[in-house]
This record gives sequence, C-alpha cells and structure tokens, in this order.
Amino acid sequence: MVSLADQLLVLVMLINFIMLGTSRLAFAIRAVAVQGVVLGIIPGLLHQFSGHLLMITASMILAKGIVIPWMINDAVRKAQIRREVEPFIDYVPTLLLGAVFTALAFVFAQRLPLAPEHRELLFVPASIATLMTGFLILTTRRKAISQVIGYLVLENGIFIFGLLLTDAMPFMVEAGALLDLLVGIFVMGIVINHINREFSSVDTSRLQALREE
Amino acid sequence: MDSAWCDLVIDPVGNLLVAVVLMAISGMPGLLIRRPGVGQRLAVVVTLIATLSGAAGVFRILAGAAVSRYLVAWPLPFDGCELAADHLSVLFLMPLLLATACCALYGRAYLPAEQHPATEKRVTLFLGLLSASMALVLLARNGVLLLLAWELMALSSWMLLTTDLRDAQVQRAGTVYLLATHTGTMVLYLFFSLLHTQTGSFVFPADHSISSQGGIAAVMLLAALIGFGAKAGIMPLHVWLPGAHANAPSHVSALMSGIMLKVGLYGILRVVSFFQTVPLWFGWLVLLLGGVSAVVGIALAASQRDLKRLLACSSIENVGIIVLGLGMAFVGMANTNHLLIVFGLTGAFLHLINHALFKPLLFLGSGVIIHATGTRQIDQMGGLSRRLPGTGLLFLAGSLAICGLPPFNGFVGELFLYLAAFHEGMHAPLPFMAFTAPLLAVVGGIAIITFVKLYGLLFLGTPRRPQSRHGHEEPAAMLVPMVVLAAFCLVGGIAAPLLARLVIPAVTAYSGLGQSLIMELVAPVPLLTVSIMNAVLLGGILLIWLLWRQMVLRRPVASTDTWGCGFLAPTARMQYTGSAFAELSGNIFDKSGTPSVRLAALQPLFAAPSRFCPAATERMLDRLLIPAMTGVDWCFSWLRRMQNGHLYLYMLYIFITLFALMVWSYL
Repeated sequence: MVSLADQLLVLVMLINFIMLGTSRLAFAIRAVAVQGVVLGIIPGLLHQFSGHLLMITASMILAKGIVIPWMINDAVRKAQIRREVEPFIDYVPTLLLGAVFTALAFVFAQRLPLAPEHRELLFVPASIATLMTGFLILTTRRKAISQVIGYLVLENGIFIFGLLLTDAMPFMVEAGALLDLLVGIFVMGIVINHINREFSSVDTSRLQALREE
Repeated sequence: MDSAWCDLVIDPVGNLLVAVVLMAISGMPGLLIRRPGVGQRLAVVVTLIATLSGAAGVFRILAGAAVSRYLVAWPLPFDGCELAADHLSVLFLMPLLLATACCALYGRAYLPAEQHPATEKRVTLFLGLLSASMALVLLARNGVLLLLAWELMALSSWMLLTTDLRDAQVQRAGTVYLLATHTGTMVLYLFFSLLHTQTGSFVFPADHSISSQGGIAAVMLLAALIGFGAKAGIMPLHVWLPGAHANAPSHVSALMSGIMLKVGLYGILRVVSFFQTVPLWFGWLVLLLGGVSAVVGIALAASQRDLKRLLACSSIENVGIIVLGLGMAFVGMANTNHLLIVFGLTGAFLHLINHALFKPLLFLGSGVIIHATGTRQIDQMGGLSRRLPGTGLLFLAGSLAICGLPPFNGFVGELFLYLAAFHEGMHAPLPFMAFTAPLLAVVGGIAIITFVKLYGLLFLGTPRRPQSRHGHEEPAAMLVPMVVLAAFCLVGGIAAPLLARLVIPAVTAYSGLGQSLIMELVAPVPLLTVSIMNAVLLGGILLIWLLWRQMVLRRPVASTDTWGCGFLAPTARMQYTGSAFAELSGNIFDKSGTPSVRLAALQPLFAAPSRFCPAATERMLDRLLIPAMTGVDWCFSWLRRMQNGHLYLYMLYIFITLFALMVWSYL
C-alpha cells in the first residue's frame, strides 16, 4: 500500500511539471484538479479505515477535485482568458528551475531530522517539491488565475506534509485548513473580478499602480 | 448557588472584577440594537451598576476586609493570570469609579445618540472598554495581563479620541497619540522581559523582593519610568498629551486626563515596590522630572489659546506635582528618612485624588462651553456666565480647586509637599529639598494667573464673537455629574482630615512603615485648621452673598456691558484677550508662546497696518520630533524600493526567505 502511495506521489510531482510547462489555463486547472483527487486518495492508502479518514478523503476530493477547479473555471470563463501570455520567466526555464528545485527538495529531505519510519518515504521530498512549484508559479506568472493555481499547488504541498500526521491531526484542524483554503479562493475570486473590472485585464502586475508612494 | 459565583458578591476583589466585566460589556448590547439611544441608555445604567459594585469592593477593602487573590484559568503560556487588589490599587480605583460614572452619565447628554447616530456605537463601546481596561491594569498581578490591559486601554482611548473622523486635526492628534503610546509600550515590553529574567515568572514578585543593585535594576527602573511615564505625561514624554486631550470628546478628555494619566503613575509606583530599596539617583531623577513638568506644564498652559489644550497642559503641571511628591518619597526611601517618605507619599496621593476630581470637572465644564459656543478658542468667548450660570459656578469651583485656593481641596495635597520641603530646609538632612517649596509656589502663582485668565475670558465680559451668542443651554444631565464632582472637591476642602484618612492606608501599605509612626508624623499637620478655615470662609462667602442679594433686590439695577468703562460705544474687541493677559507669564517661562509682532512705523497721520500672529505652541513636537522623524524616514527611504507593488516579487521575497532558511540548516 505504501509503495502505491509513493507511486501516486511521483504522479503528483509529474503533475507539478505539467503545470509549470503549460500555457493553457484550462489544462492547468484540470491538472490541479487531478492532483487534488490523487492527494485525496492517498490518506486512504496509508491509514486504517475510519469515519474520520472517510470524511477527510471525501471532503478533499470534493473541495480540491471538484468545487475549487469548477470555481476557477468559472472565473476563467467570465474573464475570457485562455492562456498565460507572457510570464515573467518563460516556460522552458521555469520547467528547468522546477526540475532543479525538485532535486534540491530530495537533497534537503535527506538532511531533515525525520522520524525513522518516515525516512524511506517520498512524502517529505514530494511535499517540498510541490511547495516550491507553487512558489515558482506564484512568482513567475502574471495572470491572477495562474496565481490562484499557484496557491492551490502550494497548499497541496503543505497537505502532503500533513499526510504524515493524519492520525495525530484532529479533524477540526483539517476542516479548518480546508475552510481556510476555500475562503482564500473566494477572496482571490473577488479580487480577480475586481482587477478585471478596474483594469479590464487580470494582469496582477498592474496592481503596482496601487502601491503607496 | 455555586461558591465561586457567591465569592463574586461576598469578596471585595470579586466585586471589583464584576465591575470590570460589567464596564467592559456595557457598550456591547448597543452594537446589536439598531434604534439610536437605547444602547447608550443601557450602557449608562450598566456602568452605574458596575461602579456601585466596584464602590462596594473599594469600601470593604478600605474598611479592612480580607483581600483574596484570584487566579483565572487562561490558555496562554505566561504563568498564572493573577488578579488582586491592595490599598495602592484601591487608591486609584476610587477616582476611577467616580469619574467613570460621571463621564458615562455626561456622555449620554454630550453626544446624544439621537443627534450623533454615527458615533454612538463607537463611543459607547470604547468608553466602557477604556474604564474596564484601566481598572484591569490596576488589578492585574501578571506582567502579560497588565500589558494586555494596557494595550486595550491605549487602543480604546485612541478609538475614542479619533471619534470625529472628518477633522484632520483630530486624526493627526490620534496618530501622534498612537505612536507615543506604543513607543511607551515597547519600553514596557523591555521592562517585563527583564523582570522575567530576574524572577523567572511573569507573575509580579512579592513587594521589595528584587535587588535594586546593579545595571539590570537600573535599566528596569528607567524602562518603567519611560514606559509608564509616557502615559502619565511626564515632561519630555508629554508630546502627545495636549493634542490628544484637546481633540477628544470632552468626557473622554476628562477620563483620560483625570484617570488614565494616573494609571501611568500607578505603574511607576507598582514597579518601584518590587525593589528592595530605591536607588538615590532614581529618587532625585523623579523629583527633577516632576519639578520640570510642573513648571513648564503650567507655563505652557498660561500661553494656550485653546480651552481644552490649556486644561491639558495644566494636567502636565498637576502630574508634575504628583511626581514631585513621589520623587520626595523615593529620595526618602533611599535615605530612610521617614518624614520625607510619609509626607511625599501623602502629598502625592492626596493631589492625585484631588486632580482626579477637579480636572474631570473642568473638562466636563469645557464640554458644556464648547456645546454652547461651538468653538474651543478662548479668545472668541466671553460673557458666558449669563447664559450658563450653573456651568459658570461649577467651573469657578474647579478653577479655585486647581489653583489650590480655599475652600476647595486643591491645597491639601500641596500642603504636605510644602511641609516636607520646609522640614528638610530647616532640619537640613537634605537642604536641596527646600528648593521645591519656592518651585511649588511659582507653579501655584502661574496657575492662578492661568485660571484667572481662563475664567475671566470665558465667563466674564461680553461675547467677543457674534457666533458665540448662539448655542444652546446647559442640560441638567450634563450638570449633575459636574455637581457631584464639585461637591467632592468642596467636601475635600472642608473635611480635609477625612480626605487624609482616605489615603493613609495606601501610604501605610506602600511605605511599609507602622500606622502609629505615620499617624505620629501626620498629626502635627494643621489639617483641621485648614478645614475650619475653609468652612468659615465658605460660610462667610455665603453670608456676604445673601446680604448682597438682599441689597440688590431692594435697589433698582442698571445694566450695561461689562468693562464698558464709561465708554460711549464699547465693542467686544476692546476687552483683554487671552494672549494679552498671559503675555508676561507666558513669555518669561516659555519662549515658544511668544507671538510674532510687527508694529507699524508711526506715519504722520495714519498708522500703517500692523500684524500680530500668535505663535504655534507645540514646540517639542513641531520643531524637534517631527524633523527627527523625517530624518529617520529619509534614512530608510531605500527600503521603500522593496515595496514596489509587484505581487510576484513579494512572493519571491517569501520564497527566498524560505530557501535561505532551508540552506541555513546545512550550515
């Protein structure tokens, strides 16, 4: 079971590369939805079956696989954008950077003072790699929608780390984290809407007009 | 009934805690009630109940009831959340409860929700929170709890101060206040951290348990003096005070000036009680700061042209007198000079209570005047005693009390300070101390000039500007709290020994000297004589007034403009102005008050136009602090380049930080 989980984590990391490499927003949203579903399945493979576990799995798949992607899709449709036109760093260099960071994540995870039962697993490197991917998307992309996707990936990275602790983590914390995410997406949605209305574009680099001189 | 709940009724500290909670929640129901006025009235009722409960607690502690410590279970990892009350807390709680009740009652009439629906919720909520947080500061026995209450106090008073959102001046005063109070709080963080290193706990140590030797103790004492002194408005740290008190709604000014400044002094007193002895240098430093505050404060007040700013500057002076007394006591503690300890503390404590009576009275009076005239400028008022006879009389009472004139309470506290200074001068263990007597005399003299000017310009003469003829009458709801405060001032003057009895327990507890020793030292003070003289004087005044009334009633009275001086067509502009009246006292002591004058050269027939510009009065702030801060701003302007508005760069900062932390773990 654990080896299956490791393979799923490899899949998660591959999906990271898809998101770094694609310019089409609809594809990136579908990728992040798939990533969410995969992450939703993993806790079921690791731990004993329980009501708590079922709740987490179901809510994860529902939120990350269906609700949030659907909302972003909606936003994309409303804002009428198809692709990320000119990122600050181009796709190929970002992909290469993503590869470098993933490698670094593995090196770094080796050095972390982990519990012995977690040492052999892919969880920690996958978590850090996904986190870094999220950051890369956030820093290199211009469109607000891409940034929402970046946040989602970032959150997925944190979630993978949390998987190590599922048993210890009370349900309320999970629920709180999910709620947090949902609120974040809502806020982002509103922000996108407003940026679109004010600047007739969802380019976040225009936001610098708002800074205090 | 559960015994814990029973305790809240039986135990005096329980009563006080009930009062704190009630005051804190008094404004909350109003948040949910849409109809204006209901929440406000409810808050007044709840506050009055709270003060009654608190008063019960205070009286029982004064009567010698056993005092318990409360340990509240809280989830914070800062040791026990202890609450208690001793005589020192009670000393400050007495005026706090009285002023809270008076200001709540007055506030209902001053900012009635029916006319000010926008500010009702804000003022009602934060007025309750301000009183509650101040009381909590007095009851807290844990450093973190005290800081929490302290912060709540600072923020709620800031919210009250900036009630008028449209006035740029109010907002500026609010910003200055917020910066000043947080600078003070920052220093307090340093103090409580150091205390934690000394005792290993955030709970207050037992009295006189920390060594006062060494560098850390010195830093702690200085930090407490700066942190708490900034709130008390001791002289170099007073920059926020005039602006804040002048721009707040009047009942808030009353509460801030009457009580909040004293809470700062409470902090200093409480901190000093932790140490085994007081270092001599600290005593002299406090004494010096008190003297400077008193003299410069009243000199500043003399040259003010804004009614509430004048009262605020006079608060600096009065705090200075109290601090002077504390300085005497600290010097006495360092030298184990019992007379100095007892007289310094008694004088300071008495003046503290007195100031908390007459300063709110004056601020509340200024609120009525501002309501009636629509301005704070003294030079635009005049002749108010005809339109506001009640306020005129009460304001006169407050002015007499603040000048230390009979038959009111103002002099009782200063008497002790004078006696201590004279005693030191004559018996000469500390001949330097004798200099405080002339200093106090100078302060008293300028205070009389200031308040004669103030009262004369406000209430006597004829109105100086046409607009000040309009305005509405004084409502009874505003007069009642003032009458209460004035009555306390009068009782304090006529029954001075009673007033002294009120503070003796605090002096006994704080000084650690025996009650019999203190009574023996205090016994020669002619308090009874002062009281009798005051009573005789009051009786005499009443008698003369009655006789005069009889005479006036019998004879026909011609009425004309005041100070008409037989002039055929007197105008209001021929009267003295505030600047003219205060010119001498203002110029001698404080050059910043000097107006810029350009007199016309004498032409053969007609004089050319001449110019008179009253000077700005906030010299510390305008000429020193703001340029300094601008310099600091310039030094750090390169940091602004980091805030460039690019969202992705902000993310990059986080990313780089995270990455650096990861790499750091390798090093």
